[in-house]
Amino acid sequence: MSSAAPKAIAIQNAINDVMSNDRGRLLAGLISRLSDFQLAEDALQEALISALSHWGRSGIPHAPTAWLMKVALNKGIDRLRSQMRESHKVEQFSFVTSDVAHPTTREEIPDERLRLIFACCHPALEIKSRVALTLRTVSGLTTREIANAFLDTEKTMGQRLTRSKSKIKAKGIGFAVPQSEMWDDRLNAVLATIYLIFTTGYVIEDEAERDLCGEAIFLGRLLNDLKPNEPEIEGILALMLLTHARLPARVGADGLSKPIEEQDRSLWQETLIEEGRMFLRNAVARRSPQAFQIKAAIADCHMTKGSPDWMQMSLLYQSLWHFEPTPVIALNWAVVMAELGHLETALKKIDSLEGDLSAFQPWHAARASILLKLGHFEEATTAYKTAIETAPDAPSRAFLAAKLTAAQKHGSNS
Amino acid sequence: MKYMLLIFNDPALEPSYGTPEFDTMMSDFFAANEKMKADGVLCGGEGLQGIETATSLRIKAGKVETMDGPFAETREHLGGYYVIDTADLDSALSYAALIPSANFGTIEVRPLMDYNPAGN
Repeated sequence: MSSAAPKAIAIQNAINDVMSNDRGRLLAGLISRLSDFQLAEDALQEALISALSHWGRSGIPHAPTAWLMKVALNKGIDRLRSQMRESHKVEQFSFVTSDVAHPTTREEIPDERLRLIFACCHPALEIKSRVALTLRTVSGLTTREIANAFLDTEKTMGQRLTRSKSKIKAKGIGFAVPQSEMWDDRLNAVLATIYLIFTTGYVIEDEAERDLCGEAIFLGRLLNDLKPNEPEIEGILALMLLTHARLPARVGADGLSKPIEEQDRSLWQETLIEEGRMFLRNAVARRSPQAFQIKAAIADCHMTKGSPDWMQMSLLYQSLWHFEPTPVIALNWAVVMAELGHLETALKKIDSLEGDLSAFQPWHAARASILLKLGHFEEATTAYKTAIETAPDAPSRAFLAAKLTAAQKHGSNS
Repeated sequence: MKYMLLIFNDPALEPSYGTPEFDTMMSDFFAANEKMKADGVLCGGEGLQGIETATSLRIKAGKVETMDGPFAETREHLGGYYVIDTADLDSALSYAALIPSANFGTIEVRPLMDYNPAGN
């Protein structure tokens, strides 16, 4: 008997290994040379099939990633050739074969994932497509995993991905790191995409097959590796790490969600907090404060030893307002005002936001809490009921239900 | 890749003739034109007269119908266009940002249809 079966397993393992470590890097390199997302994906797929038979005959190459890169490129160029026949366009691709003709190590493949990230997160694509494309292409999630995370069907998500890839081509979105005059705008689009992945994971982490918070942190770290010393990248990393550190304490033993100031701090993940604070310190030292850094600083103040530093948070919201004068920031600021004891002012502020936020669950929850503290029990009861109806998950509902009971009890006593 | 930059704006928001703002707008247009020419990306472009000069036509049941006025009554009108040839969308957007009307209107950036994608 030959050792065919163990050999096949060894090859499959080698392929899985390359794909889990280097898929993004391979795709980025292929897209950058072939200028076509779909073609790059298909070419990589074909190269994987070749690897199965070729490695079986000749053994696993000592630089498997580089081997796949070279073969996939050739497959892609072959396809282009057959598409374009004698077109002169083929000539511009001919140099690429020599580029990777004699690769020896993985490091010889330039890491072009930064360009890939900026293409996937181009603001000319709608945000949901940016999220899907980034998770598929950069993070290597399957279409089904992405569909599950966003409560879509696999078919719908597949169509969205296909549409976005052809949009990139049709609109002429380049595969390039943006120039300095566009840098801020483009970086914001990338960060918004990553943060949406994070917040999506934060709300529905029980139902997601893969941990989207973890994926978002991975993307943040990758971005920071590829483009170090950018304060807003450090800022978003700090914000995500500090938020993620509190995850185990978010729901108490009683099944009720816990506000940060009431959480059991011994459950917070100390290493994540340390890392988050380190990124925040680095960012602040660069003296270019922007929205994510300020939000990270607010998260940090929420977690100060002893009790939250509400005064400092109020000042930070004031600076955040310059960058994001949105109703949601106004709401959060009002909540901090209430914590500082300015209940009437906070309520007035919150009521003035009704037109913008009456469909926003946290607005009802915040208003209910302040009404309760002010002793307006009847109004608090109504507000809590509305907040419960639209609460995002069971622990939040349970928390609000407990508050509702308190409001009703006080209401009937008065 | 060729792009058309379609300039949409609300004439009510446009600086009026004779004001310093109008002069700034015109010199900004001039500067944009010169830059596009100097960079070798400009294929063409024109400004349009107001929508009160527009005549619209459609054929219904084989009969030509001609009407006074634009295709659609909207606040923002098509006021002019450029056609430029650039490497990618980002480059096209950077030229679109030079058009002064972007300050009070919208520049829609649309790739032209490529009837011969293989380039033969």
